[in-house]
Amino acid sequence: MLQDNDKILEDATNSEYKWGFSSPIDQEFAAKGLNEEVIRFISGRKDEPAWMLDWRLSAFEAWKKMKQPKWQNVTFPDINFQEIIYYAATRKKPTINSLDELDPEIRKTYDKLGIPIKEQEMLAGVAVDYVMDSESVFTTFKSQLAEKGVIFCSISEAVKDHPELIKKYLGSVVPVRDNYYAALNAAVFSDGSFVYIPKGVRCPMELSTYFRINAENTGQFERTLIIAEEGSYVSYLEGCTAPKRDENQLHAAVVELITMDDAEIKYSTVQNWYPGDKNGKGGIYNFVTKRGLCQGKRSKISWTQVETGSAITWKYPSCVLKGDNSIGEFYSVAVTNNFQQADTGTKMIHIGKNTRSRIVSKGISAGSSQNSYRGQVQIQKTAENAYNYSQCDSMLMTDHSGAHTFPYIDVKNSTAKVEHEATTSKIGEDMLFYCNQRGLSDEEAVNIIVNGFCKEVFKELPMEFAVEAQKLLQISLENSVG
Amino acid sequence: MISIKNLHAGIEEKEILKGFSLDIKAGEIHAIMGPNGTGKSTLASTLAGRKTYEVTAGEVQFNGKDLLDMEADERAREGLFLAFQYPVEIPGVSTTNFMRAAIAEKRKHHGLAPMEAKEFLVLMREKMALVEIDKQFMSRSLNEGFSGGEKKRNEIFQMAMLNPLLSILDETDSGLDIDALRIVANGVNKLRTKDNAFLIITHYQRLLEYIVPDFVHVMYDGRIVKSGGKELAMELEEKGYDWIKEENIVQ
Ligand SMILES: Nc1ncnc2c1ncn2[C@@H]1O[C@H](COP(=O)(O)OP(=O)(O)O)[C@@H](O)[C@H]1O
Ligand SMILES: [Mg+2]
Repeated sequence: MLQDNDKILEDATNSEYKWGFSSPIDQEFAAKGLNEEVIRFISGRKDEPAWMLDWRLSAFEAWKKMKQPKWQNVTFPDINFQEIIYYAATRKKPTINSLDELDPEIRKTYDKLGIPIKEQEMLAGVAVDYVMDSESVFTTFKSQLAEKGVIFCSISEAVKDHPELIKKYLGSVVPVRDNYYAALNAAVFSDGSFVYIPKGVRCPMELSTYFRINAENTGQFERTLIIAEEGSYVSYLEGCTAPKRDENQLHAAVVELITMDDAEIKYSTVQNWYPGDKNGKGGIYNFVTKRGLCQGKRSKISWTQVETGSAITWKYPSCVLKGDNSIGEFYSVAVTNNFQQADTGTKMIHIGKNTRSRIVSKGISAGSSQNSYRGQVQIQKTAENAYNYSQCDSMLMTDHSGAHTFPYIDVKNSTAKVEHEATTSKIGEDMLFYCNQRGLSDEEAVNIIVNGFCKEVFKELPMEFAVEAQKLLQISLENSVG
Repeated sequence: MISIKNLHAGIEEKEILKGFSLDIKAGEIHAIMGPNGTGKSTLASTLAGRKTYEVTAGEVQFNGKDLLDMEADERAREGLFLAFQYPVEIPGVSTTNFMRAAIAEKRKHHGLAPMEAKEFLVLMREKMALVEIDKQFMSRSLNEGFSGGEKKRNEIFQMAMLNPLLSILDETDSGLDIDALRIVANGVNKLRTKDNAFLIITHYQRLLEYIVPDFVHVMYDGRIVKSGGKELAMELEEKGYDWIKEENIVQ
């Protein structure tokens, strides 16, 4: 045991960073474009049962009748959905040893980041699912979790091994027809994670999925489903990166969370998809639907996100507070630089009595970027004594960046209490000089001030993630002073 | 320690420092007094490297180096400290974290490894005791919601932590009650060594009852118009600044 530990430690400290690669892995692809054949191909590759294929095909039918949404405060050319490859998977499962072909540029960035290497995560006791392009590559700690009855596997495996759960819950929080990208995802979703926490179980470790887009011209459409039974608890982390490419790549994920009575899910994201270059070329279109359903009484869903990547981010992790006394939380840091655009926020839908929600959003805009907070608080007739508190703070790093706030509040029950606060600030010369006078350079000053600005959000993140998020922020904002 | 020769500085078209000269040696405490608007804070900011002020003439040697050639942060790491007249609030940044970063940068500049966490905590505790500051201030956002006196005490705490060669205190005494004044003065007296120096800017003679200066200078309209020993402070207190003004208008 002791020896094992030493070995892990040694490997962890000696090992090179292995995640920043754009790897020439032997992959097989679906034909470019989207049609019934492609969907059948994907389903077939995954050995899916007929009901799953039918579900996909009906989603595809629905999607064909829908239109790309245009209401977000972002601009981009129409996406040609026939130019995208919808499935890319390795022919052989890669072993760790095959993952070290690195783009030196990315490697540099990652070295700076110190993004979790697998060994470190194992040391920290984090179970990891690693999804590259369309497929889940490995899930660690599976057996240890199984002892507690926790299921943590790829969604493809879950379709095969736990069809009753998938049939019951898949699409129950984000219906197939919910929106354009959700329908698209339902038709072509390739992989993602599945988590099931049985009644009364406190998941013994943080669960983590690391998403990676590798192949060119490939979309990533993962789907995550987390079910927390009565009185259970789980903390789930999600990280994402992608290699630098000149074309834009589409990432359209769906995440569904469900909590039963007294259950809690804490969902944290550090999103660092490739944002495009300094001139706005390339980068990921990150169009994601994330929604949690507080089904049970006194249940709680908490979203924490740190968004530094993507050319365009369009996502609103939401909570449907159905159970009486349930709680929804949303903590967000969204950083945009250069020509990035982010339109992100949350929806809190209060249905049950005494439901409470809390929104803390911190937007940082640098370069020529545009950063929008869009939040909706809806108090339905049934939601007696509902309470929402929203706080949206924006920080501008340059004169030509933008911060926008779009709060929508819709109250249908007069006993509800809704509070909203918003501020916009710039890092003042006086603040910078004060830091300079204590020996901090402009870069360090900005870093420490920005970290302070984001503190309320960072403190919601698990320790290792908070450290990573801080470093990410620093890199995202490098050379942004002025 | 520092040698300021014929310093001219100001903003855009307005000259505020008009030929300021002063030499301070290691181990000395100098006090600068003068009426409001005479350029005392401008002097402090200019020496600290604030870009708002443009230096148009003069030279400053600091510890054998050309001070004006350095950026503000480098001057700080070289050992120049300014206790601000109006300390800035930094939301979400605790004094502890701020000091950890500042000390790390200073040590790096001098080729030293970062301080061990334990050593840092011991240092914190020692300096907190020195300025009689409560632990709770260390974890609160820097200066946010601090009273005037608490902000000033926090400045002296930071000074103690960074152990500078030259400390410039810009009206640290204003807005302090007598207890706080005593604490601040006590801090300076305990930190004083034969190797460091202090430049104390003050409007009143009050602080100088607790910190005994080696030299007192009267500043008016951007330069020193009179220098003397500690008795000059008493004289100013008695007669006010009007005679200085008149004398200089006559000239
Ligand atoms: N940043 C500035 N912008 C405009 N005027 C300034 C600025 N800084 C100082 N001044 C002016 O220069 C003069 C000296 O100010 P200051 O150095 O603050 O004096 P003191 O500290 O002696 O009271 C005042 O007339 C003040 O209004
Ligand atoms: Mg002043």
